[in-house]
Amino acid sequence: MEAAIIGVGLHPFGRFPGKSAMDMGVDAVRLALADAGLTWAQIQAGFIGSLEVANPDAIVGRLGLTGIPVYGVFNGCATAGTAIGAAARAIETGEHDIVIAIGMDKHPRGAFAADPSVAGLPSWYGETGLFLTTHFFGMKINRYMHDHGISHRTLAEVAAKNFGNASQNDKAWRRTPLSVEEILASPVLNYPLRQYMYCGPDEGAAAVVLCRSDWARRFNAAPVRVRASVLRSRRFGAFEVQQPSIPVGEHVESPTVDAARAACELAGIGPEDIDVAQLQDTDAGSEIIHMAENGLCKDGEQERLIAEGATRIGGRLPVNTDGGLLGNGEPIGASGLRQIHELVLQLRDQAGARQVPGAPKVGYAHLYGAPGVSAVTILST
Amino acid sequence: MTESRPVAPGLFTWPAAEPRLIASHCADCGAVSFPAAADCAGCGSRNAAERLLPDHGTLWTFTTQNFRPPSPPYTGQDTAETFQPYTVGYVQLADEILVESRLTEPDPEKLAIGRAMRLVVVPFGEDPDGTEVVTFAFAPLETAEEV
Repeated sequence: MEAAIIGVGLHPFGRFPGKSAMDMGVDAVRLALADAGLTWAQIQAGFIGSLEVANPDAIVGRLGLTGIPVYGVFNGCATAGTAIGAAARAIETGEHDIVIAIGMDKHPRGAFAADPSVAGLPSWYGETGLFLTTHFFGMKINRYMHDHGISHRTLAEVAAKNFGNASQNDKAWRRTPLSVEEILASPVLNYPLRQYMYCGPDEGAAAVVLCRSDWARRFNAAPVRVRASVLRSRRFGAFEVQQPSIPVGEHVESPTVDAARAACELAGIGPEDIDVAQLQDTDAGSEIIHMAENGLCKDGEQERLIAEGATRIGGRLPVNTDGGLLGNGEPIGASGLRQIHELVLQLRDQAGARQVPGAPKVGYAHLYGAPGVSAVTILST
Repeated sequence: MTESRPVAPGLFTWPAAEPRLIASHCADCGAVSFPAAADCAGCGSRNAAERLLPDHGTLWTFTTQNFRPPSPPYTGQDTAETFQPYTVGYVQLADEILVESRLTEPDPEKLAIGRAMRLVVVPFGEDPDGTEVVTFAFAPLETAEEV
């Protein structure tokens, strides 16, 4: 039995002094339940992800202690992909009829700081200043620009587009539009990436209610089908984040490529069928690379596509219509469910000023993060 | 002569006139890993032997670090005020392995993908007892050296 999304809820992303991640999670759940026309007592299982909340399943204490299983899930920046995938699987296998996926986080300001041991890496890697995921993003796009002729200006175009989309989204964090010139004038953080080409860790929460597709219209006039949700980890030899060394040899594709191919095959949907995409844009370079890794274009075509405005709302393939991570920041546990929220609004024709014209039918969500893990979810009307 | 110690044991040969990085070579699948790994990342085997890596290679990619990394885990003896931006990169050694490393040239405009690089051991800090702590880095080969 296929799973369908019947309710979505999003707590704004940004900074909310005095409000806990759990408070935001509760708000998102209540919004999603209201959207589905359900009460918490009707939810049969939950899948919840957070980096900062050690026991995210404690949220049941705020929603009603009904005794249901609530699974805490975590896969770094792909956490929400795991939550939605596990929720869909619980319906597909027939174990449950109505389930919820939840994500919430509240990160301190600035770059993520952790001991390398949390990622199975030696102490010296952190002590000597190598344990920064941002190095990977700078190094991967630097090589990609060298190999495929992507310009610095195109990096800035991507950031300008996403901040522009965020300015149309009252739940986004960075809502001030920035020009390509302003972005190119911001300081370099990790060459070739500049300050306004990076997303920042912030705060927020999101929730998605799913049910078996044959029940969906009881709750929602326009349910959204979950066509595939796939998680993949890195294979040996892939160029991935947080790797003190990488073997040289035959080219090994990233887990994004693996997840994208598997998801398209499962869904019976090709990249050419996708009407709107949300791609992991930890930085502007990541969005460019992920366009190709997800099969949405060939390596190097981004230079022309972005110049033509193909990825803007109204273009041939709108990407990150709600502002993406650049515009919303990244509360890790919630980030991917924010993508699903946006796709559901787009497929329901409820995205307001950000609405992709032409009644989009297929939506695509992609996550990527440490230690080389990717999740792809494909939705359709 | 001041005493010095590597930032971690088993990382590179030291003291040595021509230091080399210490990797592991899996007897079962042939994979080479740096730093030397007890569990092979390719196949999970524990049947590995030590292998010294070549001390010359080419720059595969690079980036800069323009702000002081969060501390901990960073233990550089600079402060936010005295911090000097540095560069990191992956250096390809033979047709075998890309190694991530700090680079001695801080200016990205003076680096280029494909540039010839050589391994060096550089000062990193100091223990409370005055022992110098050293780590590995790659330095661009001067044109004269490349010939």
